[in-house]
Amino acid sequence: MPVNEVKGVTAKLSEQERLRADLVIAYPFTRTTGPVVGAFMTGLRDRQIVGSRRADGRVFVPAAEVDPDTGNSLSEIVDVASVGVVETWTWVDPPRPGSPWDGPHGLALVRLDGADTPMLHGVLVDSVADMATGMRVEAVWREERVGHITDLLGFVPEGTGTVDPEIGNKSAEADPVRSIRTPIRLEYDFIPSAAAQEYLRAYAEKRILGNRSPVDGAVFVPPRGVDPRSGTEITEMVELPHTGHIGNFCITHLPIPGRSDLPTPYVSAWIHLDGADIGFLGLVSGCENDEVRIGMRVLAVWKADEELGATAENILYWEPSGEPDVPVEQAGNRAWPGGEIRNA
Amino acid sequence: MREIAVVSSAIHQVEALTFKTDVQLMVSLINEARDAVDLVQADVGFTCSGSSDFLAGQGFSFVQTLDAVGASPPINESHVEMDGAFALYEAWVKLQIGEIDIALVYSYGKSSPGSRRDVLAVQLDPYTVAPLWPDAHAVAALQARLLIESGAVTAEELAAIAVRSQRNAVGNPNALRASADVTVADVLATAVVADPLRAADLAAEADGGCAMVLAAGDRARELCDRPVWIRGIDHRIDAHGLGVRDLVTAPSATLATIHAADRAGFGADSVDIAELHAASTAQAHILTVGIGLGHDVRIDPSGGSLAGDTLMAAGLMRMAEAARQVASGDADRALAHASSGPCLQQNLVCLLEGD
Repeated sequence: MPVNEVKGVTAKLSEQERLRADLVIAYPFTRTTGPVVGAFMTGLRDRQIVGSRRADGRVFVPAAEVDPDTGNSLSEIVDVASVGVVETWTWVDPPRPGSPWDGPHGLALVRLDGADTPMLHGVLVDSVADMATGMRVEAVWREERVGHITDLLGFVPEGTGTVDPEIGNKSAEADPVRSIRTPIRLEYDFIPSAAAQEYLRAYAEKRILGNRSPVDGAVFVPPRGVDPRSGTEITEMVELPHTGHIGNFCITHLPIPGRSDLPTPYVSAWIHLDGADIGFLGLVSGCENDEVRIGMRVLAVWKADEELGATAENILYWEPSGEPDVPVEQAGNRAWPGGEIRNA
Repeated sequence: MREIAVVSSAIHQVEALTFKTDVQLMVSLINEARDAVDLVQADVGFTCSGSSDFLAGQGFSFVQTLDAVGASPPINESHVEMDGAFALYEAWVKLQIGEIDIALVYSYGKSSPGSRRDVLAVQLDPYTVAPLWPDAHAVAALQARLLIESGAVTAEELAAIAVRSQRNAVGNPNALRASADVTVADVLATAVVADPLRAADLAAEADGGCAMVLAAGDRARELCDRPVWIRGIDHRIDAHGLGVRDLVTAPSATLATIHAADRAGFGADSVDIAELHAASTAQAHILTVGIGLGHDVRIDPSGGSLAGDTLMAAGLMRMAEAARQVASGDADRALAHASSGPCLQQNLVCLLEGD
């Protein structure tokens, strides 16, 4: 799940003071391998690099499932040597985040003896001066191997690695590798737009801002700097009241992470503020769930003042105001009545 | 074949669009491209865009960007998770089918919030390559070293490509790297950042976007003085694995050029200018050879992608820059190229001509 934490709260747009947030997107992928890539991964677990042989005898390493020239499936698995030659290389300094290496290292396409295609991996030498095209290298292995490309620590100049007589001996683990874990993690420095910054800063002071469209005066909240109906830029900000009505809602039976104060099932709803022409998402509480209805009038319940920040979480929930309902036929979205852009 | 032309375009490219969202960027560019030919969205039969969720850090991010188009009443649209040049291809196909006369194409990329060179690692084979996180500069360097050591080109000749780009980029408001007086010696004096490549050998990372209006036949002639006709367009792809390809050639660029030239009736040897979408000076060399550009072709008059490279939009920008050269009369025939994937895996070639 993405993690989205707003850290800055100040009003100015300078680099030091602007609102920003760490946005981390991480996926815990588990990938099935199939028999060919599985054989390659199983080989790595056993310190044996394998390839796949195509009809003309050429051997692809890493083992490829498909011959890229013909589209034919490849299934014949053959062992290749753990020594080979550097065909091309570069030097990576500093090491990249997420890579298996924590220091500067070579990165090379290495063609192993017995293979017809090179494979990418690290070359573990002290400096760029130790790298050369044509250098002979040998594989070095991680002690704990699981059937993953990083079971191979990388390559070192031939003869400098620990020659292990057990290389090629099958491990005690009989089952072939059928899946691998390949988590992906990407980090972003998220900076809201100028309109969103203004909105969030006002929100931290318990004020709700919207954008008023120059096209027909329709008010959009939160403000995004654009009228999405016509693609027109909006610059005018308006302040909106803390009251509105429910345009639509649903009852959810799954908890929200970090909201232990919220018993399930809870109600999430489109809140249509008085004076706004579109709704925005909020939680509804302060009444029984089965009392919630389209057209019900609500008002904002804010966090305690000392807990406010430049975050969408400032309004804990919306509670019934007790005012008479908005008639159902008038509730909800006013910016797109009948799918047509309304006339000013 | 129907006659299809580029009738207008808009480009904006900077180092970082810090406070501007993709939507705000595209509001101004889409309006600029439509306004230039007095069109509103209701006149547009098909809208196609290109972008990447991996840059936005958000799933289905392109849906939000439709806010910039004005998608009400609902519009006929499509999206590719590719450079906008491939969105242009889809729009061209739609126009060829004959159901519509006008298409809007746009693409954008705001890679500055993340680490672009690392984000690009996730496009590589997820089993045996991506877990090693080879970054884009390193992958470009592996290709460049092969090229240099094959004897096809020297580091000095690569530096000369960087110099050509920077000098041509002078006067281009969307170029990030421009210099009227930079020399090969200047480039060679700078530090190697991904051996053997220097910073000037790597395309200047940018944020930006591009919007373009295409129109068919007489509609195109009504909309502008000098429509830029797409005489031929084709794209081809090579195998994904880095090890199974000969990285010093770009067979898919060659093949795309042959097919585009078949349709156009003229080839890469008879264009006045060419705009190349290269991630490195080495790729620019590989493309020049692979496409078969003649010696008197002016390459990258805008500076090319080396002078400013917005992921997902650099290819469409090449189409727009080449079209501008033709529209202005500075060129009669132009070639625009776009690529996708690591080490020029996929290549699109578009041959343009003025009346």
